[in-house]
Amino acid sequence: MKELSLNILDVAKNSVRAGASLIGIRLVTDSNGILTITISDNGCGMSEETVKSVTDPFFTTRTTRKVGLGLPLLKMAAEQTGGSLSLSSSTEEGKSGTILTAVFDTKSIDCMPMGDIVSTVCILIAGSPDIDFEFSDVSPKREVELKTIALREVLGDVSLAEPEVQQWMTEYLKDQYSEEK
Amino acid sequence: MKSLAELAAIREKMQSKVIIREGQAATRVVVGMATCGIAAGARPVLNAFVDGINKEGLTEKVTITQTGCIGICQYEPVVEVYEEGKEKVTYVKLDAAKANEIVEKHLKGGKVVTEYTIGAYKSL
Repeated sequence: MKELSLNILDVAKNSVRAGASLIGIRLVTDSNGILTITISDNGCGMSEETVKSVTDPFFTTRTTRKVGLGLPLLKMAAEQTGGSLSLSSSTEEGKSGTILTAVFDTKSIDCMPMGDIVSTVCILIAGSPDIDFEFSDVSPKREVELKTIALREVLGDVSLAEPEVQQWMTEYLKDQYSEEK
Repeated sequence: MKSLAELAAIREKMQSKVIIREGQAATRVVVGMATCGIAAGARPVLNAFVDGINKEGLTEKVTITQTGCIGICQYEPVVEVYEEGKEKVTYVKLDAAKANEIVEKHLKGGKVVTEYTIGAYKSL
């Protein structure tokens, strides 16, 4: 994968599969160019044992084959910039969920470009229109935000996956990215 | 700047359509979006289908869904087309340009683009 946004698309799908009803994707870049990606969900969570093994490429919960590359690839992408990836998870009833934190030094020559993050967010929402997503991207230059809960209030029973709604969402995000602080 | 008011207008428009759509024969386009698909370039393919279907005005007839790993990672990006009463068509090794062609010839014109199907690829 050549874009961080592709890794985010891939890894956020784990939250979908964990049965989450709310998934948060937060990107924060500080003035030193340190990017922190946080993906949080209120899904079923993972046992301590599983948390330890998910970044191992030869661990997967799938039964179709023996490798799972999503998290190992993101971890590698973070570490090759001098950053890190960490996971915390709880399976406790009522407050289960997982938080993934990946830190990147965007000044590093080995840091992948973010790429088309708007596409990633829209595809995630289109793929799971019944899940609520909270996306934000904050840097010294700009602040971008999209919360599906707010859109749902306007849309009523019209699905977030409707092509017209998707088109609106894409432009809504692109507009925010083109505005500088 | 896009506003929530525009979204409300979309809602009005959609609600009148929902009733018509139910019971119509639908075509389903399924794009493989697991690690293998994404790494091979499934995201631009999915975007091309969404744009193409919007542009050709096929949104009433065709729905696009995403799925996980289909199990043929070496052929990704893989897209399956399900049409009522017809056999499933599996397209392999797609890119945005091929996706546009499939929208035009298959989804709009009703003719399978045989050269991009898994059958054609395997017999090479």
